[in-house]
Amino acid sequence: MTAPGAGQFCMRLLRRQLLLAVRRPLEIGNPLLFFAMVVSLFPLGLGPSPQTLADFAPGVLWITALLSNLLTSDAVFRSDFDDGSLEQLLLAPQPLYLSVLAYIGAHWITTGLLLAIVSPVFALMLNLPGQGIAALMASLLIGTALLSLIGGIGAALTVGLKRGGMLISLLILPLYMPVLIFGTAAVQAAVTGFPAGPYLAILGAMLCLAIALAPVAMAAGLRISIDA
Amino acid sequence: MSADSAGAPVLAARSLCLERGGRELFHDLSFDICAGQLWQIEGANGAGKTSLLRILCGLSRYGFDGQVERHVPLLYLGHQSALKALLTPRENLAFHVSGDSRYEDEKIESALSRVGLYGYEDVASHTLSAGQHRRVNLARLLLSDAPLWLLDEPFTAIDKAGVEELEALLVSQVAAGGSVVMTSHQTLNVDCDVRFLNLTTGLVA
Repeated sequence: MTAPGAGQFCMRLLRRQLLLAVRRPLEIGNPLLFFAMVVSLFPLGLGPSPQTLADFAPGVLWITALLSNLLTSDAVFRSDFDDGSLEQLLLAPQPLYLSVLAYIGAHWITTGLLLAIVSPVFALMLNLPGQGIAALMASLLIGTALLSLIGGIGAALTVGLKRGGMLISLLILPLYMPVLIFGTAAVQAAVTGFPAGPYLAILGAMLCLAIALAPVAMAAGLRISIDA
Repeated sequence: MSADSAGAPVLAARSLCLERGGRELFHDLSFDICAGQLWQIEGANGAGKTSLLRILCGLSRYGFDGQVERHVPLLYLGHQSALKALLTPRENLAFHVSGDSRYEDEKIESALSRVGLYGYEDVASHTLSAGQHRRVNLARLLLSDAPLWLLDEPFTAIDKAGVEELEALLVSQVAAGGSVVMTSHQTLNVDCDVRFLNLTTGLVA
């Protein structure tokens, strides 16, 4: 048979998902808008003192990034489940492991990557010291990829449910915790003048583990969701 | 290849049993589907036709007894069209998630025009009707070279001319040595042997 190879098929899925995202620009804009809104609310709640804001900035930026990722992770497989594309994907001869990685890759590009790129602007809004910005971007780049992978597990497990929104938060928030802890620690270390490298290395190690294991869990979750 | 091939079955079902909600839908169902055969699964609503098809294609893995062995690639068309509303029919076919081969643009164009969608190649699919969605899926049948087709109610929402074209397509697939398993309530008007599997009576003929 002339079925395309796994790599070729992954690129096709990636292009398809990115094209779909571009056709719905609002869904790309939503997490960024959410990020901007929450970050601009904090000075109102905490008071405008630059020192207070700078103290809280690493945590605020990371928690906001985490929540905006949580908001979108529910939708990774949703529309494909609703229109039957997911059934076709499961029947494809190519390994599902790589196919779901392509889905998550597209999700990360349209949420985490963009968030990491615009994060310096928000960091300046919160008066984050300049030496922390590089660490913030690096930790967000690695961390949001991790969050997308973990969120994908929750999305795969709850895609068959009519209202999976609350359940997915309960399922994946505990797994988000380590990412949040090491992500903020990296930024805080850079701000106080310590090397951020070790924290980023731990995040990287977690990312490697997630890339190896999360697709297995996602593939199993999708098969269960379609079977039910 | 001749219509009744004595070769190994492309799909073999062994003592399938399925129970849903305390009701036994079918029991000890065994059959072999060989190359060059057209099978029609019949049965009343709720008899388990779609469930059987999902078991045969491998989407249902648990909750039933028995084995299914498949030896060739398949093409499955379910109740849902699997079309993305935001993509055009051309993109839907080119980026299809079923892992078919990558088709050249001319092939997609000619397939779409053969199913009566000439001029609709580049409009967003959400502007198309339900029947036109089914026709995009018929274009998949034209493009695919999978030897085994599993079709769930393929005639739904298709007009009379479309039904005739689809019947011709089924005949050509069978004549080319492929196999078709389909569920339908309609009487097929095809000039080749049709084997029936009636889930209500449990008869294989």
